[in-house]
Amino acid sequence: MMNTKAVLDPYFAESFRATLSGANSELDALRESAFRTFESLGLPSPRNEEWKYTDISSIFRSEWRMLKPAATEIGVDAMSILKRFKADRNGLAALNLAFADIKVMTIPADTRLAEPIEIDLSAAEDEMSAPHVIVIAEPGSSSTIVETYRSSGRGLTNSAMQIVVGDNASVTHYRVQNDDTAAFSYGITEATLGRDSRYDATSIELGCSISRHDIDVRFTAEGGEAWVDGLYMLSGSQHHDTHSCIDHAVPNCISHQRYKGVLDGRSRGVFNGKVFVRENAHGTDAQQQNKNLLLSNEARVDTKPQLEIFNDDVKCSHGATVGQLEDEELFYLLTRGLPEPLARNLLTYGFAEEIINKIGVGSIKGELDAMVLNRLGTAI
Amino acid sequence: MLLEVRNLHAGIDGKEILKGLNLQVNKGEVHAIMGPNGSGKSTLSKVLAGHPAYEVMSGEVLYEGKDLLEMEPDERARDGVFMAFQYPVEVPGVSNSQFLRLAYNEKMKHVGGEELDPLEFNDYLKEKAKIVEMDPQFFKRSVNEGFSGGEKKRNEILQMAVLEPKLAILDETDSGLDIDALRIVAEGVNKLRNENNAIILVTHYQRLLNYIKPDIVHVLANGKIVKEGGKDLALELEEKGYDWVKAASI
Repeated sequence: MMNTKAVLDPYFAESFRATLSGANSELDALRESAFRTFESLGLPSPRNEEWKYTDISSIFRSEWRMLKPAATEIGVDAMSILKRFKADRNGLAALNLAFADIKVMTIPADTRLAEPIEIDLSAAEDEMSAPHVIVIAEPGSSSTIVETYRSSGRGLTNSAMQIVVGDNASVTHYRVQNDDTAAFSYGITEATLGRDSRYDATSIELGCSISRHDIDVRFTAEGGEAWVDGLYMLSGSQHHDTHSCIDHAVPNCISHQRYKGVLDGRSRGVFNGKVFVRENAHGTDAQQQNKNLLLSNEARVDTKPQLEIFNDDVKCSHGATVGQLEDEELFYLLTRGLPEPLARNLLTYGFAEEIINKIGVGSIKGELDAMVLNRLGTAI
Repeated sequence: MLLEVRNLHAGIDGKEILKGLNLQVNKGEVHAIMGPNGSGKSTLSKVLAGHPAYEVMSGEVLYEGKDLLEMEPDERARDGVFMAFQYPVEVPGVSNSQFLRLAYNEKMKHVGGEELDPLEFNDYLKEKAKIVEMDPQFFKRSVNEGFSGGEKKRNEILQMAVLEPKLAILDETDSGLDIDALRIVAEGVNKLRNENNAIILVTHYQRLLNYIKPDIVHVLANGKIVKEGGKDLALELEEKGYDWVKAASI
């Protein structure tokens, strides 16, 4: 990677100087520190264990146009959240913070938002965007956030979303990545959960040439519940990588993870699910499941559950499967007169639908249904 | 003749289970095939439905004069052959109504009938569901997922009602049913019975035949039909057990 770094540094450094506004010295200092972190880490490479299966070097063989972030007002709370962002997790995370185009959304205390908040984070052709969204769900609030990616060309989104779920608050978060198959996407979700709060995340990955999503959930007080689900549906030579990390740092919290993959063609999927149950985190209920359906002999998936449990009084389970369509299910559909290609598509659709069915926003669910059917080339 | 099985030898994993089975079924008839465990009842059902794991070693099966064994399972189904499964398969994520409409429309394409859109089909399905006293709530649920044993069997008969097969093979449909579910399922089958179709009841026990009166009872033992008779034969089996027919087959 030394070559790439040498080529890139002057280029990024030049763009970077333009991002400093001079208007907010605290933010400028944070950006400068992040950029220094990027310079020392460089871009992630497969030599790094966390990026073992995901090689992004091809993305950076060409230059990307970096945008100057829009000026934003950042309050004290948002600034302290921004400072907690793990920019040192890798070079791309550092780059996001250095170039961050920051948006802050606050859901006022005890407010129930009837309509979902929609955030579109698509990147334009040849553009590397660095959106950084901070969601502050104040205590007792309830909201739904829909984060979408629909880049229409070869764009690169390097995004981050920090969600702070206050005490007794509830956040439902749908993340739908349906970028053009020439696009690239790296996204980070960092959620922190307060007392008796609830975070329900569903991530759908359909597009991009190479995509990766890192999702971290950290419980900061007792009684938190997190549902972390996802579906990646890949074909051709697409590559997707999900790294999740659930940190049970406090007692009596629940996390349920359910990720499914459908892989066709020569596509490749990676799922790495970490769960930490800290020493004092008694009463933890942590479950993780990753099921993969391979539709071709050349598709491949690497799945790795990683549970580190330091307390005995917990309920933890995990399971990972990689398989093909069930012969008995297929036979059943055939005996009802469905031609084999339709029967296969229907079973694949059913496999994916388990994740899509939980989506509570009708318009999003309908759109995803259509995307899945379109991917399968079937009318149902 | 609707179905003619001639000297059928078939099995699984290289093991011969059916050893020269003969069977003739005409339209309008209900046949019961009874036999002890391991006699080959399920093998016969699976072979007729076209299960890929089962192989036919010799013999032939004619369905409306056509070579049934040459047809793929889905072709058989569209052409009017239906098997109700002993263990109906769960299909997560696919709703019952979606599944049934697709199956119905595939059959309609084949026979040149009119395909139905979701709304039209829903009305059709509601009517059919009455036959097995099934709540329309089940239409939206995933096929067989989370259904009780009785609900699964009712769902099989609902599928039969929707697809209106010419030949229905009910494989151990009575197994795992309590008496109320058995009555509902049997009454459903009776409503579907007519002079243009035929039904083969494959069963270990006689009790289903209290509700569905067969025209002919065949006793299967050791891969062959060893005895045939009217419905009284079933009662005789109930009384004497299978040992006397097993002895007769050797």
